[in-house]
Amino acid sequence: MNPTATTDPQRLAPWLVGLPIAAVFWGLAYSHLTEIADLAIGALGLTRATQLGEAIHFFLYDTPKVLLLLTGIVFVMGVIQTFFAPERTRALLAGRRLGLGNALAASLGIVTPFCSCSAVPLFIGFLSAGVPLGVTFSFLIAAPMVNEVALALLLGLFGWKVALLYLGLGLAVAIVAGLVIGELKMERHLEDWVRAIHLGEATAASGSDQCWTERLHAGLRHVREIVGRVWPYVLLGIGLGAAIHGYVPEDFMAAFMGREVWWAVPAAVVLGVPMYTNAAGIIPIVEALIGKGAALGTTLAFMMSVIALSAPEMLILRKVLKWPLIATFIAAVASGILLVGYVFNLVL
Amino acid sequence: MKHVKILGTGCRNCQATLNLVEEVARAQGVEIRLEKVDQIQDIMRYPIMATPGVVIDEVVVHSGGVPDRKTVEGWFVAPSV
Repeated sequence: MNPTATTDPQRLAPWLVGLPIAAVFWGLAYSHLTEIADLAIGALGLTRATQLGEAIHFFLYDTPKVLLLLTGIVFVMGVIQTFFAPERTRALLAGRRLGLGNALAASLGIVTPFCSCSAVPLFIGFLSAGVPLGVTFSFLIAAPMVNEVALALLLGLFGWKVALLYLGLGLAVAIVAGLVIGELKMERHLEDWVRAIHLGEATAASGSDQCWTERLHAGLRHVREIVGRVWPYVLLGIGLGAAIHGYVPEDFMAAFMGREVWWAVPAAVVLGVPMYTNAAGIIPIVEALIGKGAALGTTLAFMMSVIALSAPEMLILRKVLKWPLIATFIAAVASGILLVGYVFNLVL
Repeated sequence: MKHVKILGTGCRNCQATLNLVEEVARAQGVEIRLEKVDQIQDIMRYPIMATPGVVIDEVVVHSGGVPDRKTVEGWFVAPSV
């Protein structure tokens, strides 16, 4: 059907030339961020000694840094995702037992393309193919929480250690929550129409037979779609972060988000539920708050809660789950996040 | 006339797919009947695991994400050419 498919081998050439050039420019820009921000500040006639200068420098340094990382990571993820169509992931998970299955499901949640509006079809698709309920939940919890946008922003603003910790702990919460739901044998709390459904064999996995040009194109499309959608949030988030950075006094946040405040972690989790934003908007603000004395564990808990326990997603899931199962899901994820928050505050 | 169904619960991607299909079909001069399927029970009658899905004459031709413009053009080849 696609007439371009036959001419694809020749069209790989522009990619082979363009991609290294883009990579070199990317690397050059990324390694000179401070110089560029310094130059820009100088050109504006400001210095970093003033509050305004410091705030603007923060903005001019962080914005290109985060956007560069975001573009790079989203492109790579876009290409990787072409190898993991939902149908393929489902085939990998079908018939897996609890335990290893949960770990695999959570990991696949990172690389399988997912959008929260697809949560229900995916959920039903998994169950009908014999993926256990607990394993399915591990996937559903991990997929939105450990996504490429969150990782790119954490990497850019906090460094690789925090990004890695977030990744590991996010996976741990997804695995354990899925295990708990699996052990509780809650299949009877699925809506009746869901239990009655028997899906035929899904259409052939799209993506298994793609050639490299198509995969690279998919990466580019992914960048256009994701970066095109989240850049205003990044700008807004970093702008607010810059204002906090420049104007809010040091240790301002320590009084109510510091690590000595025991109720801060649960409060952060509860606050996060009604908020529905994406990682792009929340992480720059979180970074600025931490600079002012907020504890890392508390802020990470808040972030995870905003992303993984959003009210709109609950409403979508309500169409397939009865209340006891939703309540268990919320309780399992919330306890996991609480634990992560406290552990972070204790250790760091 | 082709009967096209767009399966999706109404997120941004579903609307974008609907618009793209409508636009391409018109541009290629192909008459279609466009239907939006937004109830999850109805969507799940088709074997898809990601929305938006596109069904042409009861055959699933696409699922997950906004389809490529070229792909959509492939669905609606103008009858006169």
